[in-house]
Amino acid sequence: MGILEVKDVGKRFGGLQALGDVNLSVAENTVHAIIGPNGAGKSTLLNVLVGKLIPDTGSVMFDGQSVLGRKPYEINQMGISRVFQTPEIFIDLSVLENMMIPCFAKRDGSFRMHAIENMHDEKDIVEKAESMLEDMNMADKREMHAGSMSRGDKRRLEIGMCLAQEPRLLLLDEPTAGMARADTNNTIDLLKQIKDERDITIAIIEHDMHVVFSLAERITVLAQGTPLVEDTPENIKGHPKVREAYLGESA
Amino acid sequence: MLGLNKKDMTLLIVVTILTLSAPFILNPFPTDSAMAQFNAGYPDLMQRFAIFGIFAIGFNLLFGLTGYLSFGHAAFLGVGSYSVVWMYKLLDYNVIWGLPLAIVTSGIFALLIGFVSMRRSGIYFSILTLAFAQMSFNLAYSVLTPITNGETGLQVYNNDPQVLMGANEASSPHLFGLVMNSSAKVGVGAWEFTFNNGYYFCGVIAILVFYLSIRIFRSPFGMMLRAIKSNQTRMAYTGLNPRPYTLAAFVISGMYAGLAGGLLASMDPLAGAERMQWTASGEVVLMTILGGAGTLMGPVLGAGFIKYFENIFSKINDTVLHNWFAFLPDGLEDFVVFLIHPFIGKGWHLTLGILFMLVVTFLPGGLVEGGQRIAAMIKRTKEDEDTPAKTEPAE
Amino acid sequence: MDAIILQILNGLDKGSAYALIALGLTLIFGTLGVVNFAHGALFMIGAFCAVTLSKLLNLSFETIDPTQTDFLGNPLKVKTPYVIEWFGMDTGSAIIDWAVPLAILFSIPIMICVGFIMERGLIKHFYKREHADQILVTFGLAIVLQEVIKYFYGANPIPTPAPDVFKGSFDFGTMLGFDPNVIIYPYWRLVYFFFSAVVIGGVFAFLQFTTFGMVVRAGMADRETVGLLGINIDKRFTIMFGVAAAVAGLAGVMYAPINSPNYHMGMDFLVLSFVVVVVGGMGSLPGAVLAGFLLGILESFASMNEIKSLIPGIDQIIIYVVAIIILLTRPRGLMGRKGVMEE
Repeated sequence: MGILEVKDVGKRFGGLQALGDVNLSVAENTVHAIIGPNGAGKSTLLNVLVGKLIPDTGSVMFDGQSVLGRKPYEINQMGISRVFQTPEIFIDLSVLENMMIPCFAKRDGSFRMHAIENMHDEKDIVEKAESMLEDMNMADKREMHAGSMSRGDKRRLEIGMCLAQEPRLLLLDEPTAGMARADTNNTIDLLKQIKDERDITIAIIEHDMHVVFSLAERITVLAQGTPLVEDTPENIKGHPKVREAYLGESA
Repeated sequence: MLGLNKKDMTLLIVVTILTLSAPFILNPFPTDSAMAQFNAGYPDLMQRFAIFGIFAIGFNLLFGLTGYLSFGHAAFLGVGSYSVVWMYKLLDYNVIWGLPLAIVTSGIFALLIGFVSMRRSGIYFSILTLAFAQMSFNLAYSVLTPITNGETGLQVYNNDPQVLMGANEASSPHLFGLVMNSSAKVGVGAWEFTFNNGYYFCGVIAILVFYLSIRIFRSPFGMMLRAIKSNQTRMAYTGLNPRPYTLAAFVISGMYAGLAGGLLASMDPLAGAERMQWTASGEVVLMTILGGAGTLMGPVLGAGFIKYFENIFSKINDTVLHNWFAFLPDGLEDFVVFLIHPFIGKGWHLTLGILFMLVVTFLPGGLVEGGQRIAAMIKRTKEDEDTPAKTEPAE
Repeated sequence: MDAIILQILNGLDKGSAYALIALGLTLIFGTLGVVNFAHGALFMIGAFCAVTLSKLLNLSFETIDPTQTDFLGNPLKVKTPYVIEWFGMDTGSAIIDWAVPLAILFSIPIMICVGFIMERGLIKHFYKREHADQILVTFGLAIVLQEVIKYFYGANPIPTPAPDVFKGSFDFGTMLGFDPNVIIYPYWRLVYFFFSAVVIGGVFAFLQFTTFGMVVRAGMADRETVGLLGINIDKRFTIMFGVAAAVAGLAGVMYAPINSPNYHMGMDFLVLSFVVVVVGGMGSLPGAVLAGFLLGILESFASMNEIKSLIPGIDQIIIYVVAIIILLTRPRGLMGRKGVMEE
């Protein structure tokens, strides 16, 4: 039994079958990649997992509990964090404040009215945010305006913010899309480090095969809304069906 | 000190000193001089500075922090005024009964309106609040006449119960006998300064709620509100539910408005429906933006600026202009007066509208941003003089 | 039954005005993505076009009529409008009488110019800014326009009569077989309704049957794609702004006889028109028209005595109540599309 169990999930948009009978099991503390050509339904699947879309059929269980019908913030509080294709951070806030917000969310839940205390008096939060920034090698940027950072730094901050919530499952949506090679390699190293140092399950949607094969322990290939194969990276590389459906086109 | 860092404490102390010494500062010109018309140190105007300052500080807690643009805040102002006048009618003229009630009723109103309006965001939110305010205004004018006294406006009549009214009690608003509209006048040389009870009452409350707003700005709650303005998506995917945060901000800011409305009725025991009209909501939007939304001082500056110039501009007339430009040749003098004429006196709103458009277009941060830009410019010139060879590294 | 017909008729003229303003608002919003708080001011400027023309036509010169004397025995000064001097008594007074309909011709070029100046001079700088900024700057503009009109025309309403032919009322009841004087309806309101129908029909035909309209509709649906086709969409949008301004202006011109124009009439209508747009569905032209008439008629029903005695004050708030209910149950409005103005 994996930490995330997707059973027979289907989703239609008008005449388009975006997902049909998707079955997927992500084992705890592994890195699971979901790949597939454009329009294979990767983003739809991801949006179902985080509660942005409600599927027409099927079930999604996270750690034994159904996520369907819950709002994104509730699903997040269950322990699923998401990294976006374009970094979603609080660009008008400082880097430290960006990091403090998930710490508050972890400690206080989805809402708490603490309107009189000074936020810098919350020592445990500040300390946690600062140590998280150190882990991300961003301690020197703590007072910086988050919006003025480079894209690579924004990505790094976003991943850090997700980790600060101590999620059980981290979802990454093409985390290296549009990045220069050097930034991509930095991100790979960061993710490897996270995988080694933390008890965390990572599900990653990715286009870049270099990223996928350097990280993933299992790979699911999605095509036209259904999983084609699921296997280890070594087997996927040689799989004729995959080469035909996906690698053959892009290679 | 007081839970504030050094910078905020300095700001609070400066604001406190300015507020308490306003009767001096706003009266810089001797009473008999030609410039005396620019004095603003008389009770009525100073009270409005403080009251609209409170209104704008509250509006800024919503708009400045969360970015939700409410066009219906005047409704709460009206609710506050009605509450206070009702307490005059039922109990007595002591404002101590009415003001807490004003805060509570406007808070409840804000909770109801906010609960519905906050279900949508952006332009829809603005239109919903506008619709609610306009609805309250229409109701106050028509069916609710038993409560609001319709077009006449609510006021105290001789046959009102006033159950707590003592035999020697003042027959105008007071705080435990401290009568709001009484003033002490002090003449110093050519100057005359007016110290008005009502102004100091409003001023002290304004300082308190300004302090409260600093605390809210610096609190985790305030940070959450800024985060909502910055990125609602990340907010939701960080496990935070934006709605209770924005609703709380809406209610707090509605209570500020109710307090301001209550103070208006504490200075002058009247409440009319026109106080709830959406043009009044527009005014607080203007004050906040003009001063600088999202900054601590902005709304206070904006409120003071608008109320001061409203007052001054409406006093300037053609005769005054002719006096000013008397040094010009006759034809030119008439021409200059003719050019300026539409913008003064009753034309104040025209000036305000143009000013507002200019600020939104070129200076979205308002007067505060303007001040910062000028300060930066001066600093740069200075630095250039000090170290002419050094250049700023590009970001 | 007769009461119902009467209320429907009564709702039509207000509904027409709402529909016309909402149509323009939606055109601007749908094409340019701008929320225009100054749109009510365009309606008001239109009404003042009628006022201006009527004033111009009444410009007079004075002559001394030796045949008449005042009570002191002095020769009487007689004012003669220039128009009568130039065209003779009959034609001249007919022209003066028909000032409001003539103002239609007079207002179209003016309104289009006003629209162009507004778009090129101000609005275009706000395409990329937040909606809040757009609201704020157009709100400022509305104040300015309103104050300018107040400066020139004063604060009091200026009665601007309809042509004599349309004065009086039309007994609808007798036509439908009811007793006389049960359903009577002022002629001018009938004219207003038909005029609005023609303008609305014209706008829809323009969008539906011309290439220009087709591109604009495509642009409303998906601006980026149309831009990629290499079509200069901006220029067309500017023209659309002119058209929207003209529609609002025409609505104002013809409304002048119904309600004497004053400088704040635009703001009064604007708030309601926004509600109409939201109810109809942001960005939906048929929605705007439908909601305009619907709310106009609802408002008129709510002001029936029978209903008012049932729910006091309902006539004052019905539109807002409907708007709030619709926004909460059907967030996109009656005919709104997905993805318009959502976070």
